Amino acid sequence: MKYILRKILIFIVTLWVAMTINFILPRMMPGNPAEALIARAHGRVSAQALHSLEVAFGVNVHQNIFVQYIEYLERTITGNFGVSITYYPSTVMYEIEIHMPWTLALIGITTVLAFVFGTILGISTAWKRESLASTFSLPVSIFFNSVPYFWLALLFQYLLAFILGWFPISGAFSATGPQGIALIGSILYHAILPASTIFVTALGGWVLTMRNNMISVLSEDFVSFAYAGGLPDNVIEYNYVARNAILPNFTGFAMAIGFVVSGALLVEMVFSYPGIGYLLYQSVVNLDYPLMQALFFFITMTVLIANFIADMTYVFVDPRVRV
Amino acid sequence: MNYLKLFFKDKKAAVGTIMLLFFAVLAIFAPYIAPYSPTYMGFTPMEGSSWRHILGTTANGQDVFSQIIWGTRISLAVGLIVGLLTTVISVVIGFLAGYFPGAIDETLNLLTNVFLIIPGLPLMIVLAAYMPSRGMWTIIFVITVTGWAWGARVLRPQVMSLKNREFVNASVVVGESSFHIIFYDILPNTAGLIAANFFGSAIYGVLSEAGLEFIGLGNANAISWGTVLYWAQNDQALFFGLWGWLLVPGLLIALLGTSFALMNFAVDEITNPRLRKR
Repeated sequence: MKYILRKILIFIVTLWVAMTINFILPRMMPGNPAEALIARAHGRVSAQALHSLEVAFGVNVHQNIFVQYIEYLERTITGNFGVSITYYPSTVMYEIEIHMPWTLALIGITTVLAFVFGTILGISTAWKRESLASTFSLPVSIFFNSVPYFWLALLFQYLLAFILGWFPISGAFSATGPQGIALIGSILYHAILPASTIFVTALGGWVLTMRNNMISVLSEDFVSFAYAGGLPDNVIEYNYVARNAILPNFTGFAMAIGFVVSGALLVEMVFSYPGIGYLLYQSVVNLDYPLMQALFFFITMTVLIANFIADMTYVFVDPRVRV
Repeated sequence: MNYLKLFFKDKKAAVGTIMLLFFAVLAIFAPYIAPYSPTYMGFTPMEGSSWRHILGTTANGQDVFSQIIWGTRISLAVGLIVGLLTTVISVVIGFLAGYFPGAIDETLNLLTNVFLIIPGLPLMIVLAAYMPSRGMWTIIFVITVTGWAWGARVLRPQVMSLKNREFVNASVVVGESSFHIIFYDILPNTAGLIAANFFGSAIYGVLSEAGLEFIGLGNANAISWGTVLYWAQNDQALFFGLWGWLLVPGLLIALLGTSFALMNFAVDEITNPRLRKR
């Protein structure tokens, strides 16, 4: 199981790198961002919270940097990220806990949908390469792949919510406080616009990669052999070509999920959707470093877990790595 | 030379090149094309579109159309410079990892995988948020640091496979240096991948810059498509009916990205004959 061990190693090292970036940047960056943070926090938080901030960012602490580092790692692993400056007296962990589910649901569902539909579209555009639909879908996919997520979000918001009034302009549920089924309906209704934005922009990438993979596999000898053997077209299309063409999509998942998460963060900012992206925006605007650090850590962790799941699925799809 | 000919014969490449040339003309001749100075604040604020101000004016009384024309400069420059720098780093790391097996390869490959997984935008945001100054070069630095991994990952296996081809073995037997083998034998054979990498990184650069500036992590007083969008959102352009202020810069970003993507596609088709039409 060398493959799985390797993936676990990458998982751990990446998480360690993310934690170390969080530790080093505020300390090493020119302009003393850590001291500026403490200065800002003065008078806004209690003396005790201020002291723990000083410890966390190494200001006025006469301690060896290595001791600081070890203690920092310990705090991170135990989930002790201190208080948020923006949402004081709330702790960072509390804020993340209440915002995370929104993002997980939004990105999780749209990523799976975009992957499935994009892959199917990619298969059919490559299979019927000369058809009218496939000639059109290529430039359209290329264009949508280059559209900024947040810009499309703004256009949807303007046209569909502001002008036509079909969907709510922002937020995740109605402010009138619906209960039960009505609340679920309201949540789904509010999710449609942000979800469609992410879906539309993420779709193009999957279509393009799947199309190229398909075309590469189509010229392999075993495909000609399958034709010669008289197998039906749809068996060749799905069981022979698509099955082999989909493999690189799994290995490319790491970067794709990174793009989707990054784009989704901006979409949340536009729609004031109360997820991690919106929280990250607040932390950046308020230079709330404790919150920002923790968000970076958790976003990386989420991407790592999603990627790990893709890697493990790959083991089932491609028998060659099961050695 | 042969490849260049093929490139310009390709329809997608031709369209992409023409689009890029169009943006280059906008950037170079901005002072002559833009009707007003992009920083002049003397017009009536938040005015709708008219013959004097095609796309209206900002809350500070600047002409939006002139800002967008001038904005082409920074957006195009960031795209091209990020593309170039990212490609150089990808090539160095991908080649070192592919050519020197063992400890060098293991370390660089692990580094590449780590940077591939860490989500780009959050890392950029964290980097930029701590930066003392936020000019164009800060943004270029931040995007480059987070964006080189994909290229390195694509190049490494290619170099590994080329290294074991017969013509490279022949060079080794003749006693050529590693320098000669890398630059004269292997590099020309990866030219297509490197070109594709450049175009891909340029798209990444243009989109990332727009995203960072939209959040307000750029220099809000510099004039680029990203900052124009930032101010459009900040001053609620849409709700004042100034939709052109928001529509045009976003469309230009997407079109610039498309032009790089079309060239990328063409390079792919030339270097991978299987993708070409039968």
